[in-house]
Amino acid sequence: MSGARLSAYVDGVGLLAPGMTSWTDAVHVLCGEVPWVSAPTVLPAPQSLPAAERRRTGPSVKLTLATGLEATRHAGVEPALLPAVFTSSGGDGQNCHEICAALATTERQISPTRFHNSVHNAAAGYWGIATGATPASTALCAHDASFGAGLLEALTQVAAERTAVLLLAYDSAYPEPINGVRSIPDAFGVALVLAPARGAATLARIEAHLSDAAADSMPGALEGLRRAIPAARSLPLLARLAVPQGGAVVLDYLPHLRLALTVTRCP
Amino acid sequence: MLRSWYSHLRLRSARRYGAGRVGVFLGTSTSGILESEIAYRHRDAHTGALPADFRYAGAHNTYSVAAFALQALRLAGPAVVISSACSSSGKVFASAQRAIESGLIDAALVGGVDSLCLTTLYGFHSLQLVSAAPCRPFDSARCGISLGEAAAFALLERAPAAPAAEAVLLLGYGESSDAYHMSSPHPQGRGAREAMQKALAAAGVAPAEIDYINFHGTGTASNDESEARAVAAALGAQVAGSSTKGATGHTLGAAGALEAVICALALRAQLLPAGVNTTQVDPALEVNYQLRSRAARLRYVMSNSFGFGGSNCSLIFGRPA
Repeated sequence: MSGARLSAYVDGVGLLAPGMTSWTDAVHVLCGEVPWVSAPTVLPAPQSLPAAERRRTGPSVKLTLATGLEATRHAGVEPALLPAVFTSSGGDGQNCHEICAALATTERQISPTRFHNSVHNAAAGYWGIATGATPASTALCAHDASFGAGLLEALTQVAAERTAVLLLAYDSAYPEPINGVRSIPDAFGVALVLAPARGAATLARIEAHLSDAAADSMPGALEGLRRAIPAARSLPLLARLAVPQGGAVVLDYLPHLRLALTVTRCP
Repeated sequence: MLRSWYSHLRLRSARRYGAGRVGVFLGTSTSGILESEIAYRHRDAHTGALPADFRYAGAHNTYSVAAFALQALRLAGPAVVISSACSSSGKVFASAQRAIESGLIDAALVGGVDSLCLTTLYGFHSLQLVSAAPCRPFDSARCGISLGEAAAFALLERAPAAPAAEAVLLLGYGESSDAYHMSSPHPQGRGAREAMQKALAAAGVAPAEIDYINFHGTGTASNDESEARAVAAALGAQVAGSSTKGATGHTLGAAGALEAVICALALRAQLLPAGVNTTQVDPALEVNYQLRSRAARLRYVMSNSFGFGGSNCSLIFGRPA
């Protein structure tokens, strides 16, 4: 397929996933040194939020704070200075369930906190409160294509605004009964700091274009994870970022489009 | 009517550019969540399961509105939903413009869609923000929002070197975050002011050159107060403005696109639209609020959209020189 090639420098990565507690930890798994062992995702308490806010937050906020802070720490940038792109297939499923269940009763009472946590950009709002970030933030959804849609939005921001951008992709499980129609087995969050120019912390350069080639799969049991959680569609890219030689990779995106990427490591 | 609109957009965009070069960028706050709310009332008495005909991807999921538009218009470019509460479909113009500017696509269907659901009705009610009477933005007696429903669309294309006289140009956008509170705007309108100033800088337009501002103007005490402060700081309090939410209600995720279309119509008709229902402009607010629509020379107009989570977006539209 023809079309523009969008590029950016990856300056930092954050990861929280089943069996992977950070990007630093995951690198050893993704480059094949250590086998992946499935284990429930551990969501840390969001210490950067005031206590009153901390109590009100769900998995989306915990995922994005942990991964966003890890990525900006690796990149050596102040989180408050970066525009941010949040992308999620479903937002906070537990909160959505509680609202639908309450609205099915005769009282139909929902609390102000439930309501403001129901917006798809809740994680973006809490990120601003926690870090003091006042640049633009956006909140995207493209069902199973949410990671690809977020990556494209971040890359077009890098290209058009010549600014570094923080991309945060995250998904978490729905409780029953929604789990019965949309099964997401566990929480997965990934964050990337993408910059327009190479810097001291730069890990790799990536170049992306739309493609109709088939998406790459992951070796072994990680393929099950890639397929099970929309944000985990990022895994083939993360695997190229984890190895010294980088490489080409095709990411799953929309039913009619994929994203072809070339990852060139910057030693 | 619907069919002729579909074919118009489809012919114009897909034929001119090729279906794969046209993107879809839609804003919504709740998409088809009403179907989930109804399905929860019909859960299986024994298993708790949702009814067999419940559609997650086609209704519940936030992206379902864009998936539908992509299919209905037979487009094949990138597609996404922006869901940042009530700024959603202002921000689609910014994202689509970046995608065009970076060469990813040549044109984009942009728009906003929101329909009534219980989550927003009872949610705003829990915050005591729903007005008992039709909303009266910037009025001394304003007491909250009226919920509305809307769908508004536009085809965004790269501007030619010499645009036609009737063309409406997207000249600039500004986006910011309050980093303050989940459901209250910053009292001084810090983020709103920053969004307007960024839009002015991007458009290369001086504050005094804005001929009309379509306020976010929800009709809540706190929004109108903080917005008035922000507008006075960014543009000067003399700028003529109105909130068309007096006429349409607050259409939430559709409001940005709906009000962008109203700005485009105002530019084409050279008509400065008044806010309806407001009778007594709050003297505590420093605004030049328009109570009567009138013919006016409009070159540059601004539209504000602000949402929960402190998400702000300002757009500037104009006519060719």
